[in-house]
Amino acid sequence: MTEFVQHIVNGISLGSIYALIALGYTLVFGILQLINFAHGDVFMLGAFIGLYSSKFFGFDQNPSLGALVLIMGISMIGCAAIGYCIERLAYRPLRRAPRINVLITAVGVSLFLEFAGQLFLGADPKFFPQIYQPAGGDMGAGALKVNPLQVMVLVISLALMTALQYVVFKTRLGRAMRAVSFNHEYASLMGIPTDRVISYTFMLGSALAGAAGVLVGLIYPKIEPLMGVLPGLKAFVAAVLGGIGNVTGAVVGAITLGLAESLVVGYWAPTYRDALAFAVLIVILLIKPAGLFGTGRTEKV
Amino acid sequence: MKSSAGWLAALAACWVMHFFVQDYSRSYYFLIFLYAGINIVLAVSLNLVNGVTGQFSMGHAGFMSIGGYVSCYLITQLFQRSPALFEGPLSMPIFAGALVLGGIAAAIAGYLVGLPSLRLKGDYLAIVTLGFGEIIRVILLNVDAVGGARGLGGIPNLTSFGVVYTCVIVTVFCVWRIIRSAQGRALLAVREDEIAASAMGVNTTRSKVSAFVIGAFFAGIAGGLFGSWLTVLTPQTFDFNKSFEIIIMVVLGGMGSVSGSIVAAIFLTIIREALRPLQDITKLDFRMIIYSLMLIVLMLTKPRGLFGSRELVKEKELA
Repeated sequence: MTEFVQHIVNGISLGSIYALIALGYTLVFGILQLINFAHGDVFMLGAFIGLYSSKFFGFDQNPSLGALVLIMGISMIGCAAIGYCIERLAYRPLRRAPRINVLITAVGVSLFLEFAGQLFLGADPKFFPQIYQPAGGDMGAGALKVNPLQVMVLVISLALMTALQYVVFKTRLGRAMRAVSFNHEYASLMGIPTDRVISYTFMLGSALAGAAGVLVGLIYPKIEPLMGVLPGLKAFVAAVLGGIGNVTGAVVGAITLGLAESLVVGYWAPTYRDALAFAVLIVILLIKPAGLFGTGRTEKV
Repeated sequence: MKSSAGWLAALAACWVMHFFVQDYSRSYYFLIFLYAGINIVLAVSLNLVNGVTGQFSMGHAGFMSIGGYVSCYLITQLFQRSPALFEGPLSMPIFAGALVLGGIAAAIAGYLVGLPSLRLKGDYLAIVTLGFGEIIRVILLNVDAVGGARGLGGIPNLTSFGVVYTCVIVTVFCVWRIIRSAQGRALLAVREDEIAASAMGVNTTRSKVSAFVIGAFFAGIAGGLFGSWLTVLTPQTFDFNKSFEIIIMVVLGGMGSVSGSIVAAIFLTIIREALRPLQDITKLDFRMIIYSLMLIVLMLTKPRGLFGSRELVKEKELA
């Protein structure tokens, strides 16, 4: 029983990180109908920005909560800038091109970030500094152990998701985003600067990925340039599972996937962990392509 | 009549060449030649799916691995039981049979992946095929009968210049003729506008699945050639980067252009080797950086690839 609860706890903490990445996919897909393959690599860059900025400020020597907040802020801003550049240089020139060309470009950007990362950051794993160590040891009762870092990651993720929910549903920008995702042309006829809104959407999604990068660095302190590939793909699966384009759906899908993975690792074979996400994807697309919370769109001729 | 003579002449030339180059079969340049041939088979077969039919598949390495593992497992088992069979003239038909069986296994997998493609489009299909390739890799890692993570070793080396280029000629011939048949025009129609195609009476489902099945079949054959040449197959060889390498050949050559794929496959095989000295000095894999930049720049400036859907030779000459 304790073991089971332990797996559940691990699953939720893993899922909350997938959720942060999945939100970026879902935002971008909602607005452009594009799978931003490079998103997982933005997440990787977020972890590296966190690593180098905390070394720069010397936070690896004296950890504190303030340090964590500052580093996360830097990483989020850095990733937002990267997201802006990717959109501006690689995707915007192709706004009117066939979908398949944009898809190929997205794959190209993703691979470029991965391998340029190997070139400039080094292919060997780096150790992410413990910039924040919560007071006290593991929490929990009896044999059940909960790492306070895991709890903190969950809290921060939830806070960021709430903030995103606020931005999307309560602000002018959010309303513009929803309008653009509904229909580009009509939105621009109503005076919405669609290109700028799309840029903001990319920046928002990339900032969340940057935050996820720092949080992953805290829990799994080994970071390397290819670390974004699998979490990126899995977060995408999570977004599809919840219904792509749907913010709540992405979070629910991500937590579900995190739980499923943690249970597969716990009770079956750890080696099948990476295949699970894709199996889930194939099944969901065959049974309910719109996802759990998605609404199917009928295709117009 | 004239056209089939051309194909047969190519086949004959390939076997004449085979006996000339046989003595150099372990030299470096020979190796490049051989890889170029295998890459041509892969690129041309993927072009049928991605270029001609417009179904963006990112799992070609998965089909390649299925074909490779099946045919190599068969010849390895046979080799362990009766090595004498591989001494005599029987070795060629055995290898051909194993390659075809591997191709059929890959084609069955292609059928299974083709089915979801009935419901999925564009990006979704791309990621499902990518996921499919990953699932195959993970399964191969976990199957002890084919060596798991250690890989399948001790495969007899039956791949030769003649065999590889026979496969190249057969693949190019089949794909070329398919594109220029009624079925091939149906595939092109699906790429251009699926709804219009189905309104004109094209069975879009059948067209898409058949493109997947045929593409997978030839990828499986390429896998068999590859495995028997290396005499060892590991699941790690067939990761996403392998699929990506084939995709860039198709995109660079031009989606839908068979000769474009051939030229791009040769070009990229040579580039890869030409970059090797640089890689030895810096210990870094520049290849993927160059590939990915090439892909982005190509999409921004010349999205139809170098050849578009044109061919090097006029249609009449090889119709």
